Amino acid sequence: MIRSRDQLGFSIRALLRQRFRTLMQLIAMSIGVLAVVLLTGLGEGARQYVLGEFSVLGKDILIMLPGRKETSGGMPPMTGEGTRDITLQDAQSLLRLPEVERIAPLVVGNAEISRGARSRETLVLGTNSTFFDIRHIQLARGQILPELPLDQPSPVCVIGTTLKQELFAAEPALGQWVGIDTYRCRVIGILADTGTGLGMNMSEALIMPVASSMQLFNTEGVFRVMIDVRSAMGMGVLSRQIEDIMRERHDGQLDVTLITPDSLLKAFDSILSVLTFAIAGIGAISLFVAGVLIMNMTLITVSQRTAEIGLLKALGASSREVRQLFVTEAVMLSLFGALLGTLLAEILLWLVRIRYPEIPFAAPLWATVAATAIAVGCGFLFSWIPASRAAHMAPVTALQHQNGK
Amino acid sequence: MSQAKSAAAANTALIRVQGVNKTFLLGDEPVHALNNIGLSIQAGEYLSVMGPSGSGKSTLLNMLGLLDVPDNGQYWLNGADTVPMSEEQRAVYRRSHIGFVFQSYHLIPRLSASENIELPLILAGIAPAERKRRLAPVIERLGLGSRAGHLPNQLSGGQRQRVAIGRAIIMKPRLLLADEPTGNLDSQSGAEVVQLLEELNADGITLVVVTHDADLGRRASRRIRMVDGVIVSDDCTPSSGTQSRTDQSDAP
Repeated sequence: MIRSRDQLGFSIRALLRQRFRTLMQLIAMSIGVLAVVLLTGLGEGARQYVLGEFSVLGKDILIMLPGRKETSGGMPPMTGEGTRDITLQDAQSLLRLPEVERIAPLVVGNAEISRGARSRETLVLGTNSTFFDIRHIQLARGQILPELPLDQPSPVCVIGTTLKQELFAAEPALGQWVGIDTYRCRVIGILADTGTGLGMNMSEALIMPVASSMQLFNTEGVFRVMIDVRSAMGMGVLSRQIEDIMRERHDGQLDVTLITPDSLLKAFDSILSVLTFAIAGIGAISLFVAGVLIMNMTLITVSQRTAEIGLLKALGASSREVRQLFVTEAVMLSLFGALLGTLLAEILLWLVRIRYPEIPFAAPLWATVAATAIAVGCGFLFSWIPASRAAHMAPVTALQHQNGK
Repeated sequence: MSQAKSAAAANTALIRVQGVNKTFLLGDEPVHALNNIGLSIQAGEYLSVMGPSGSGKSTLLNMLGLLDVPDNGQYWLNGADTVPMSEEQRAVYRRSHIGFVFQSYHLIPRLSASENIELPLILAGIAPAERKRRLAPVIERLGLGSRAGHLPNQLSGGQRQRVAIGRAIIMKPRLLLADEPTGNLDSQSGAEVVQLLEELNADGITLVVVTHDADLGRRASRRIRMVDGVIVSDDCTPSSGTQSRTDQSDAP
């Protein structure tokens, strides 16, 4: 019986002394594994990104916007009045409902922010302190907007990091005054660098009390009202109650639209399921390609060495030992290939993460495990079959393989 | 009882072959490569097997070397009937009793000369220290000392065949089977290889050489001639004065 150390040595020597062949096989195997790990990593990153974007909005948030978007076709309502604004009083009145915990009105506009000689046209959000909580907005320093009655303006603002950089560079910004068109306000907080969220780049935004922003933009109506409800249950009932209040306040006409998490979820769900299918498909195809690559390489190797198998048998190796030698070699090779491929894929994913830090590109564990398992499994199976065949061949036939065929 | 008798008879001879047949299918044509062969070889004999192509001499050698199994008949080697053996048992028997030398050397190209010679020891599971101890005198005897670390493609044909012979004798087999051992060599290296083989025979190993080369065949003390799977002559006389006889049996 051949010693296991010698068997390992024989296989390692076979791999090391035929560097070109070994290298080619390693490349084939690692490309297969690399494809699986990298592609699923990218796909999973995209999926997580979309999920993350969605989860910025909590599950218990209703969004109310002016105008009715669910008209059942036909002409817009011919009331002559057009759509009415949602006023701060409208928003405030929703708090009457026991199910409504908090509200955050939102006014959005563009304004020129200036400090000294520097100025910049940017996004201005008018809202209240609740908004920070609902949107999970973190501060790098300072404090969020003070808790004021909705209709009370105050000359304070919170700015995003990019805006802070552009206006103040390295100087401290807290407590400084900035001009917003003709208004002035004091910087009381700076946002943490949370990147974008639902299409708004908060790092370039300026956030001020909603009443101040309404004065600034000279408007009576808000852009959105975010409604934080006590529980996600009975969302349908609650939105009907809200619609009743609004209808009552707007002279019997329902001219607001409520977006429920359900409708958002449905929209996202179809996107997410497509993404999930795509990732699964990409993974399956990559695994298949990897398997075929490994199969071919192993089949070629073993058939090229049929004469060697015959020789080993002539020298007194049993069929089992011959098979073991070749299977050990193939499994080692596929294991190295899988490790190499995983390593390369992780390095590439890391580079992509550095380039796009906001998207969490990372290979799911199942992909890495499955790719390695497939590689080793293919190496095992596709060396076992031809090695078995060659090993069971009469030694004479195997020996003649080199010359004859 | 008859089995015991046969066993006793087999003990006196290293090889005893009785009523062995082997048929191949060449396309649709059955070819009778071995036709009721009977042969007995004593330990230490020097035997050559000659004959035209397709006469079955290589099949005979493969069968003697346990590389091939006869369809029927008996083959006693070193006191044991090998025909009913399993493939695994035959492998062990090949390893410990038989050395092979092939026309095209069949060295493993990625292994050095000494590693090629060492291979049967590795397959037998012998410890590294013991392997080294056994390897040194063989390499010295083959005159390969300076070339032991070279790969086969860095060696001349004669050197390669000497490596192959080293590999064949490293397990100290009683039987050495050579299939056209000089077929790929120039006359000079061929002569050296023949000399080496004959020295080994003089040391006691049983040597069976299959060849086309009449000069090489004549050197053996016992010459077998095969035609169409049948042994047509078995000449035990000393090598001198056998020319006419060999020529006669050339005619079918």
